[in-house]
Amino acid sequence: MRDFVNLINTVEITNKTNAKIQALVDFFESATDKDKLWLIAIFTGKRPPRPVKTSLMKQWCMERVAIPEWLFLESYSTVGDLGETLALLLPEPTHQIDNTLDAWMQDVIALKPKTEEEKKDFVLNAWSGLNMQERFIFNKLIGGSFRIGVSKKTLVNALAKVSGIDANQLMHSIIGNWDINTITFDALISGAHINYDNSKPYPFCLAYALEKELKDLGQPKEWQVEYKWDGIRGQVVKRNGEIYIWSRGEELVTQQFPEIETVMQQFDDDFVIDGEILALKDSNVLLFNDLQKRLNRKNISKKLLEEVPIGFYAYDVLEYNGEDLRNSSLEKRRTILEKLFASITLPNHIKLSQIIAFDDWDVLGEIRENARGINSEGLMLKQKASPYHVGRKKGDWWKWKVDPLTIDVVMIYAQKGSGRRSSKYTDYTFAVKKDDGLVTVAKAYSGLTDKEITEISRWVNKNAIEKFGPVRTVKPELVFEIAFEGIALSNRHKSGVALRFPRIKRWRKDKTTEDIDTIASVKSLIHAQ
Amino acid sequence: MKLIHFTKKGLYCIPGKFYLDPWYPVDYAVISHGHADHARWGMKRYLCHHHSKPILQHRIASDINIQSLGYNEPLLINDVKVSFHPAGHIIGSSQIRLEYKGFVVVFTGDYKTTSDNLTIPFEPVKCHEFITESTFGLPIYKWLPEDVLKQQMHDWIATNQSNNRTSVFFGYSLGKAQRIMKMLDGVDELFAHRAIVNLNEAIETSGIKLSKTKLITAGFDKKAIQNKIVILPPSLLGSRLLKRIPNAATAVCSGWMQIRGNRRWKAVDAGFPVSDHADWDGLLSAVKASEAEKVYVTHGSQAIFSKYLNEIGIPAAEVKTEYGEEQLNDVEATETTSV
Repeated sequence: MRDFVNLINTVEITNKTNAKIQALVDFFESATDKDKLWLIAIFTGKRPPRPVKTSLMKQWCMERVAIPEWLFLESYSTVGDLGETLALLLPEPTHQIDNTLDAWMQDVIALKPKTEEEKKDFVLNAWSGLNMQERFIFNKLIGGSFRIGVSKKTLVNALAKVSGIDANQLMHSIIGNWDINTITFDALISGAHINYDNSKPYPFCLAYALEKELKDLGQPKEWQVEYKWDGIRGQVVKRNGEIYIWSRGEELVTQQFPEIETVMQQFDDDFVIDGEILALKDSNVLLFNDLQKRLNRKNISKKLLEEVPIGFYAYDVLEYNGEDLRNSSLEKRRTILEKLFASITLPNHIKLSQIIAFDDWDVLGEIRENARGINSEGLMLKQKASPYHVGRKKGDWWKWKVDPLTIDVVMIYAQKGSGRRSSKYTDYTFAVKKDDGLVTVAKAYSGLTDKEITEISRWVNKNAIEKFGPVRTVKPELVFEIAFEGIALSNRHKSGVALRFPRIKRWRKDKTTEDIDTIASVKSLIHAQ
Repeated sequence: MKLIHFTKKGLYCIPGKFYLDPWYPVDYAVISHGHADHARWGMKRYLCHHHSKPILQHRIASDINIQSLGYNEPLLINDVKVSFHPAGHIIGSSQIRLEYKGFVVVFTGDYKTTSDNLTIPFEPVKCHEFITESTFGLPIYKWLPEDVLKQQMHDWIATNQSNNRTSVFFGYSLGKAQRIMKMLDGVDELFAHRAIVNLNEAIETSGIKLSKTKLITAGFDKKAIQNKIVILPPSLLGSRLLKRIPNAATAVCSGWMQIRGNRRWKAVDAGFPVSDHADWDGLLSAVKASEAEKVYVTHGSQAIFSKYLNEIGIPAAEVKTEYGEEQLNDVEATETTSV
């Protein structure tokens, strides 16, 4: 496993993509066939189910090291990663186990059906036969993500460098269906298996934020304009009677959205369509916060299905009855998409994305301003002659989002982040004034520079009220401007309002708690939208 | 007996009428070691170990009123017997032992319990009350043996050299830099920043022999430095000087590097957990060896470490001080350095 440990050590510390790719290339050039496949499996989420509960691993570690639980939790909140905390706390090894990655993974698979006692024996033996870095990797192999910034794209770029095969084809190969027991590394990357794969998605075409004047885009008639939605981009693949729904993160999410799957089954034709998965109730788009409740659930209760029903707005068609349409013009693809959607009677929650008719660029500004009223993020501008690009290409597709709403708030709680951010207080809770006190309005954890985060962390360390646990209550003193995409009344929040996608815009060192917004001024934004 | 009063200016010895490592100007300051959060500007009189004297004179001012002692050489101040004992933290670092009418208090300053082959190693001192630091007061902090760390650093340099890269280490000018020099002695030519070289010269006036380094100046010769070893203060991370170093591979040397999140936060190529503070086991062993009936815990994880000591039956309390600013700041130095 030493080469795998070295790989993880190298890729986790650098923030340079090229250095990560080079480390992956070195691994692919030296590791065994099975270890290479496991690496791909691990970084594409194709790993065996976790055989041991994390609570048990924590329990066994505390027993082994003989520390009280509160001290374990303090350590954990400092480290920010359970597998790493265990690895750091455990004593130095008494012997040396030198297994391949494949051997470890076979052991992990074999562990699943065993008794708790057998699992404990296995884990304790492994812990005492591995050094700190190896223990960390072992804990991660049992379960849990590495969080080291190796995206599928980075992985694929490394594979492309090793093999000379096109990166997009490799992306198809590694995210398609393959079984580590029946495939070889060469077979996987050569992509023999994906011809048989009915689920094969295409890379999404992505847009840049609009960076020029509308009139510089050319004639209005050359452009297709639609609303931009804050849901999950999804690709519905229907081939040979099978339906697959892929998320933008290249995950198969079919089972999570039965409302989409059952309707798609009714089409006669085969296709691949691109669209937005949304929480949609009585034809109204709900906030992303609501949609989130439906994500990554193994079982969806009847209650949740009623509370947050899912819908789909179709943007584009990439493949129709086996023919790849991505190089056809958007105009032609839209015609095919409309014909497809007219071929059966569709329920209200599966729709074409509405095309906004306009003759003059000037009218678009007002339409964009009103987008927030229907929970839309703004507009999408797409060149009618454009192909369906792979990834992000500048020029053909633009997103033109509404300017965010902003309020001034004060920080009241701070919490440490995870992964790279685990050493700093990066997650904050903010409040506005209510009567004589404060009321929480939002949590946010992005938008500041590393330097600002370091400065705030130091301040939190000095001004925190609690000394234990992961959350620190702080004196309400630091004022921030936060931006958000929308606001709605909400019974579930103490403040009575829910903000959509709040994030930190600026640290307002020039302001004091006196200057922050009141809950009344925040609520007035609801009517102003 | 109440020998020490924890005041806003620092730790005050009541019968002795002097302060230990005060953070505001006072008449008489007894100093544990030369780091900026312990040895501050503005005291009318300073008392420290012989080896700290040139460091204080270099860092504060050459004309300060300063007296120095060797280890285990008691001095009577207003009937309080004051003596210094090796703390193993940096050159000259001392635990300060105070004895008055048979009652003994030891203030550790900063310390580490393992040998670094450079600093005179820590010596446990028995006392009634023990005032200890707690910078790394969590059981996740366990340092690797010196030879293992040293080997890791040597291997890293070798890999860099085979890739035609220059190895750049970051560590405080005082303490860490000299330790890195010692660990890398003989591997290849060592280049060091002016801030480090100046301190080296000050330290060497005490008759201590340090590893040989060459000065790296703003207009350095790139060819001479290529594939060699450079040691810089942490404030030069991201500096113009660093950018001029050809094909630099960067490494931070600090106890905080034990944790992945910290290594990644710094966006360097490597992090070596080289610390001049005691790790968890070191803190516990020092507390136990002191046989103190009461332990006061200062800067670091004071809440956690004192709670733990109480749970294992050692009465302890936390004390708020102004030490350890560098630990809140992670690996950034308390010193400011210009190129």
